[in-house]
Amino acid sequence: MSATTERPRLAVGRIGERLPREDAVPKVTGEFSYASDLSTPGMLWGDTLRSPHAHARVVSIDVTAALGLPGIHGALTHEDVPGKKLYGLEFADQPVLAIDRVRYVGEPVALVVAEHPEQARRALEAIVVEYEPLEPVVDMERALEQEPLHPDRPTMGHGYRDDRRPNVVRHLVIRHGDPDIAGDVVVTGTYELGIQDQAFLGPESGLAIPDGEGGVDIHVATQWLHVDRDQVAPCLDLRPEQVRLHLSGVGGSFGGREDLSMQIHSALLALHTGRPVKMVYDRAESFTGHVHRHPARIRCEHRATRDGRLTSVRMQILLDGGAYASSSTAVASNAASFGLGPYRVDNALIETTAVYTNNPPCGAMRGFGAVQTCFAAEAQMDQLAAELGLDPVELRLLNALEPGDSLPTGQVIEGSLPTREVIRRAAALPVPDQETLPRDPLRLPGGTGNTTTGEGIRRGVGFALGFKNICYSEGFDDFCAARVVLHADGSAVVHSAAAEVGQGVVGVMLQVARTELGTDEVTLAPHTTATVGSAGSTSASRMTWMAAGAVRDACRAALEERERRGGGEVDVERVHRHPRTTPLDPETGQITGERAHVALAVAAMRVVVEVDVELGLTRVVWVGTAQDVGKAVNPLALEGQIEGGTAQGLGLALMEEIVTRNGAIQNASFTDYLIPTALDMPPVEIELVEVPEPDAPYGVKGVGEPPTVVSTAAIVSAMRAATGRPLTRAPVRPDDICL
Amino acid sequence: MLAHVRIDLTVNGERREGVLRGGESLLTFLRDTLELPGSKNACEQGECGSCSVLLDGTLVCSCLVLAAQAEGHDVVTVEGLARDGALHPVQQAFVDAGAVQCGFCTPGLVVAVVDLLERMPHPSDDQIREALSGNLCRCTGYAKIFDAVRLAAGRA
Amino acid sequence: MEVFRPSTLDEALRLRAEHPQARPIQGGTDVMVELTFGDARPEALLDLSELAELRGFAEEDGLLRLGAGLTYTEAMQTPLASRLPALAEASRTVGSPQIRNRGTIGGNLGTASPAGDALPPLLAERAEVELASARGTRTMPLAEFLLGVKRTALAPGELVTAVRVRPCEGPQTFAKVGQRNAMVIAICSLAVVVDAEAGEVRAAFGSSAVTARCVVVPLAEAAELPERVVEAASPIDDVRATAAYRRHALRVLAARTLERCLRT
Repeated sequence: MSATTERPRLAVGRIGERLPREDAVPKVTGEFSYASDLSTPGMLWGDTLRSPHAHARVVSIDVTAALGLPGIHGALTHEDVPGKKLYGLEFADQPVLAIDRVRYVGEPVALVVAEHPEQARRALEAIVVEYEPLEPVVDMERALEQEPLHPDRPTMGHGYRDDRRPNVVRHLVIRHGDPDIAGDVVVTGTYELGIQDQAFLGPESGLAIPDGEGGVDIHVATQWLHVDRDQVAPCLDLRPEQVRLHLSGVGGSFGGREDLSMQIHSALLALHTGRPVKMVYDRAESFTGHVHRHPARIRCEHRATRDGRLTSVRMQILLDGGAYASSSTAVASNAASFGLGPYRVDNALIETTAVYTNNPPCGAMRGFGAVQTCFAAEAQMDQLAAELGLDPVELRLLNALEPGDSLPTGQVIEGSLPTREVIRRAAALPVPDQETLPRDPLRLPGGTGNTTTGEGIRRGVGFALGFKNICYSEGFDDFCAARVVLHADGSAVVHSAAAEVGQGVVGVMLQVARTELGTDEVTLAPHTTATVGSAGSTSASRMTWMAAGAVRDACRAALEERERRGGGEVDVERVHRHPRTTPLDPETGQITGERAHVALAVAAMRVVVEVDVELGLTRVVWVGTAQDVGKAVNPLALEGQIEGGTAQGLGLALMEEIVTRNGAIQNASFTDYLIPTALDMPPVEIELVEVPEPDAPYGVKGVGEPPTVVSTAAIVSAMRAATGRPLTRAPVRPDDICL
Repeated sequence: MLAHVRIDLTVNGERREGVLRGGESLLTFLRDTLELPGSKNACEQGECGSCSVLLDGTLVCSCLVLAAQAEGHDVVTVEGLARDGALHPVQQAFVDAGAVQCGFCTPGLVVAVVDLLERMPHPSDDQIREALSGNLCRCTGYAKIFDAVRLAAGRA
Repeated sequence: MEVFRPSTLDEALRLRAEHPQARPIQGGTDVMVELTFGDARPEALLDLSELAELRGFAEEDGLLRLGAGLTYTEAMQTPLASRLPALAEASRTVGSPQIRNRGTIGGNLGTASPAGDALPPLLAERAEVELASARGTRTMPLAEFLLGVKRTALAPGELVTAVRVRPCEGPQTFAKVGQRNAMVIAICSLAVVVDAEAGEVRAAFGSSAVTARCVVVPLAEAAELPERVVEAASPIDDVRATAAYRRHALRVLAARTLERCLRT
């Protein structure tokens, strides 16, 4: 390999074009600076002492010995938190540093700051904490009867259904039509999912730099700069403008960076020492440093007529939120709202309960409640098809939810939702023929392990359908700001705080600006809270829509302003809002306005697996999927979202689970928390279904989550077809297949 | 020898020296002392490949090499692949194929693909998958990375 | 933490004798993880990676001497792979290409994990371990060298310098169960060697007892092998799998690998 080729002209690209990424060049050369790459002169290193107990009273904390060690510049406890001692995304129920009680293994208890990370590590060992262990609450069903972990009930009185049982974060009941209505056939099932980790590769990291005037600049990998700022400032007892959040390179997020990790901690240490302080979690710490996907237990009863029409569905969904609320209330709402799947069901009773336990805190992860319920609902649909002797695809077509139908919350679907088209396109993808034997073990279940030459192999084909919402819901005032500076020479700079976490929003914003301004000469300013308003979160498949809307609005306003002024430089900031939503009625779970969710996106997936039924090992051979994407802004990036989202669902189907024992994570490493490798991923054939969303700029929809919602369900469906086993739990363990 | 030792090695074609702590990995030495943060620290236990470098032309995880072991040896990191301002063909192929999302795995993968194509200029799909099975990617599902390898091989 | 970097085996053995607290390190694939995560803080390290005496392999009168510094990648290549095919297959399952380029057979023995992938094929081949110290060199059967979880018969002042194997002529193979298609620690593994000359079948398994263990069955009673393997195993429940699954999988692997060998 000798010749090098020219760089492409990355700066060209309008909406709809297939484009390489703007930031790919610095990422392939290693120049791109991630949070863990940051450094600055005079920088100190912070580290965190974490609780070894799932539940304990903190009797005393003594940092004296640590302070005497070489290179140590400070050791802080909750007493050193100058402002509010608690923070949280939805409810401030999580201590910045443990006060009198720890509620999960890994909860931050104290901080140290040192010249070198190794000195910091040794100082942590010198801190003496006296704990009085308490019985941990580790079972999500029993939690509802055990002593409350948050006796002050921080989640009560927020307009949600009041529930007197202990340890309820949110209890939600959706009653739709007459759930008692009979059907000709009834299928029931109980489904479970383990805890999944986002397992982003870039560990949590940040660099806090005191500004010398009492304020602080925090450079960090996050999903929402402004909401970080709004949680950090009160704890530091600073005004919001004294705390500036700046986005560093983000090595993936998938929901795991919605909650704070070391933002407040690094700032406390920086303000304490008057010097820049960096914190970097290692992989083991990362597993306790962010929230996970909620483990779930879901009971279902589906009733249908003899010809296959769903008459009523009952679902009881239990989600283990772990020690703190994080975004459990919204996850619970999503699980309930989308629990039935994209099917028209006139009668339903859906009850969702998210509970506090002493397990690792759970919150946002790609799919956000819809992954868990899709797994259950689609297993039920397969079971129903078998019971009725119907083709599973036909059953889904028959019941497909379409515009004009209503969700169980009473919301009538007015936007785009091409469910039948998505089903048909996925089902029409030709399934590959079975490969002949012998084969290299790479192409057999068990992979390089060489466990079979063909013995025990059964092939199965599965199908699943899934959907979820786009954008925030239930009355959340969701908006996104963008600022456009048009220079006299025609070039433009776009300012946005939208977090680029790998998904490609930088490209979307550039495409929009180039399209609207009619010029290639557009650049993006650094993402920060300092120069532009909030963009909202890179979450809920909302950022493409919201950033595209904000940049479009700002570009158009800038052009108008220039026109009005007759030229010169203009600088315009605009805020984009999607259609307003309203809360659900706390008693009935029904909408209180026109809609509780902004828009919906649906995906269907067909999967071929080969299962070694004697060893319980699975190879996913092929995936074909059709996805409702509204409008493909950049097909290359979009395919990457679908392929990557599918891989995460494959992980949950086959291998990914945080295993706990009495609340303590047993596999906090990539040695034992397995994520799919290059040898685990099959080819993914993709059909994009473009039916523009009427309320969205350019008709776009978010695309990141639907593939993750549907792929776990589709893969396990294929595994059921191969094995004839019910496989009611994800991830499927080899034992579930062969013992 | 003392706890802090000075070592000499060749990195990306240049003689470099630096003081290291005894048990330090080549990865932290490259990142913190030589200020070459391109090699990444996703797991630091050889399970992700994000720290992959070439040590005397052999693909290794720099997190599993004792920095002291690199004394007198030749190391190539991702920073050493582009020449005269032009991307290495493998880097170019990653850009063109859309193989980069968050990019945290990218440096390690680029180095692994450079190594693969040196050994096998026209690998089969299975050879590509096996050669890259030590480099975890959480964003892409690997498909576009395989495309990049085929693209780079096809252009060579 | 001091690092000793001898350039000859003699120098290494002298340092080994003088600094018994120094932890030997070769490819680093096990030791570095412990150092980085603070699980081990030895006073000193003894780097063996520069020792030419430990590299590669040699054959004399049908006796193969695998240097302790032989990497898994080297074990996967011909001609060695055709002499010890089960070891080559096992090596292919070790970690990743990066790990296989760096990790060594000697390191696998030194670490003595019950999950060490090279151990079952070497046990099934009745390999001997060559141990050197400033006092001289001795050999012992691998089966005697492995004492327990990460415990070996290595005496103070000794280093593992080589593994000696006289490959038997019959067919052999290796299989390993993991919950992912690559880069996994064995849930359980099994190597089978059909030794027609000795009239026996030997099977050695990993990750199902405190050490990798070998079971021998007369060729005429080969059908008994799966049961005998399961009887010899004492697996535990851990984060990777249940004991019940390990027993089941060992039985399946034994039957399949035996059938594979006898079929050829």
